[in-house]
Amino acid sequence: MPQPRRLVEGNEAVAEGAIAAGARFFAGYPITPSTEIAEVLSRRLPQVGGHFVQMEDEIASIGAVIGASLAGAKALTATSGPGFSLMQESIGYASMAQVPCVIVDVMRGGPSTGLPTEPSQGDVMQARWGTHGEHSIIALVPSSVAECFSLTVEAFNLSEAYRTPVILLSDATIGHMREAVALPTRDELRVAERGEPDVEPDDYDDVMSTVDNIMPRPALGSRYAVHVTGLVYDRSRGGVPSTGTPSVAEGLGLYLREKIYHHRDAIARVEELEMEDAEVAIFAYGSVARSARAAMKWARRQGVKVGLVRPITLWPFPMAAVDHMAEQVRTIIVPEMNLKQMSWEVQAAVGGRAKVVDHGRIDGKLIRPEEIQNLIRREFYYHHFEETA
Amino acid sequence: MTKIVDLPEGEFVLSGNRACAGCSLGIGLRAITKALDGQMVMTVPASCLTVLGGMYPVSSVTVPWINVAFASTAAAATGVAAGLRAMGRADGLTVLAMAGDGGTGDIGIQALSGAAERNEDFIYLCYDNEAYMNTGTQRSSHTPRGARTTTTWAGKRENPKDMPAIMEAHGIPYVASTSAVYPDDVYDKVAKARGIRGLRYIQMSTACPPGWGFDPRDTVRLGKLAVQTGLTVLYEVQNGVFGLTSASRTLAQAGRRRPVAELIAAQGRFKGMSDEDVGEIQAWIDSRWERFMAREADPAGH
Repeated sequence: MPQPRRLVEGNEAVAEGAIAAGARFFAGYPITPSTEIAEVLSRRLPQVGGHFVQMEDEIASIGAVIGASLAGAKALTATSGPGFSLMQESIGYASMAQVPCVIVDVMRGGPSTGLPTEPSQGDVMQARWGTHGEHSIIALVPSSVAECFSLTVEAFNLSEAYRTPVILLSDATIGHMREAVALPTRDELRVAERGEPDVEPDDYDDVMSTVDNIMPRPALGSRYAVHVTGLVYDRSRGGVPSTGTPSVAEGLGLYLREKIYHHRDAIARVEELEMEDAEVAIFAYGSVARSARAAMKWARRQGVKVGLVRPITLWPFPMAAVDHMAEQVRTIIVPEMNLKQMSWEVQAAVGGRAKVVDHGRIDGKLIRPEEIQNLIRREFYYHHFEETA
Repeated sequence: MTKIVDLPEGEFVLSGNRACAGCSLGIGLRAITKALDGQMVMTVPASCLTVLGGMYPVSSVTVPWINVAFASTAAAATGVAAGLRAMGRADGLTVLAMAGDGGTGDIGIQALSGAAERNEDFIYLCYDNEAYMNTGTQRSSHTPRGARTTTTWAGKRENPKDMPAIMEAHGIPYVASTSAVYPDDVYDKVAKARGIRGLRYIQMSTACPPGWGFDPRDTVRLGKLAVQTGLTVLYEVQNGVFGLTSASRTLAQAGRRRPVAELIAAQGRFKGMSDEDVGEIQAWIDSRWERFMAREADPAGH
């Protein structure tokens, strides 16, 4: 039975989602607009036998999260732009060393201290490429309070399934927004557990974990020998460092990439609305998708065929959905609270098959439905629109 | 010792700022800037001080001021001091790195320790309001035991980090502890530090009405009570020689401190503390005070 409907803040829903997903460790550092996640978990985690630690900075926070995960605990941290930047080296470490963990970035205006209390989507490329070196990553982007909960659960599931850091890209609006939701209970959810490799410790080798059968990382203190490193390592020799053999470095790099990209279509989720007959599509994510949805509904009331493609997964990029969209519509409108970060990605994927219209805002204000409506009007210049929105 | 009435007339902190009602930080900053006669450059990380400084066009300070990334206060000051030297503009100008307790003892300690080990030429002033107040009162390493914050709902379990002792261990020429509600003591210490080369560390207790949970009109009373209980101790260590100053010196001579229970009872953040816990905090203060007394009796020994 679901819990009763009540007003829940986005950040609180992330915290509750983490608990429901089985997270038992949080390490973090105060930063607006993510602090409520830490505050709620400082109260909630001890109630379920978990551990909350306020660390001395964000470098330490992600470091502790990785340590806890290697010990077998599901772990997360939460931060915003400046802290997310500080975490980048260790996010790369978690990617290289295949450590499941969840990093929540409640985006605010940047760069630097920027606009601490105002929303932004300026970190979407940092989520993809913030850490150095070739790597793959999973990033989810909620656009409602209910999704703050459900995508946190999914972030943990994906991190366990693909043995990888997963980033939840919320923003100041989604994080501080309150909506009436009935949060699901644990038994209504699919929750992936860590488990152990399905071979005996003596027979186990990391190379047995393949793209099609990714085995859980054995935990420290378990029956399995554990060697973890951020150096290039030889997966067929217990994961010990090996930097002198090009084929080992290439093999590891390709495996780390393919382990996620091979499953791209399974990971990359989108929500499509009114796309069956759409001539123009809006591609919008996070808080902007809410305005896009209102603009799309307005357009339908006005009698023009506009649809919405809302990526729930930003990384890996939802190539199949964008491909389909590019074949179907003549124009794709990409409103976002940054300057062209995802629009470029859409344009590259569309490859000239449709016109891509970008619309960016970096002033800390939400993109209003009217702004998107004006872009829609231009695409249907021959149509008579009623003036009232 | 300079009396309050004898502090210089020049003001570098304007009347009216964006700090909370009753914030003691402004009192301290006035004395600090007076002691440097405004001949200064400040590096400031994200903190309540940024809020107090305000935003264009309503800045409350008239001295050069750079807001820097959270972890980089001491590193930026290192660069500013070196840059001023390189450009021949260092004479008569003091570089003041000023950060809160979290910005100093937590995220800022690495850059600060590095600067201290190299004995860089600037004053580092930590204003200690005992938690992350700018983000709404989360615990810091300076939060006292028993205090409730939004990340220590049942009261913090650990005693505060002794940053002045850590800085003293770096062997820097000047370390001091002061309180914003004793502007004369703040002034004297910063004025003295101004005349010394190398890294100078001053920690300033900064009573905080919303974070500590008391009426804004009680700021000075609470700040002074903290000194009278021996929880905040006003002292300095110059080239390894220790000395109590101002009210703490008077307190030592009188030999009678107020019980910490009075201070605890006056603050909302300690609500619901057991007598046993109060007793343990009293015992911790007592043993600390004994060590200060021993140093006062033998200033150069340690």
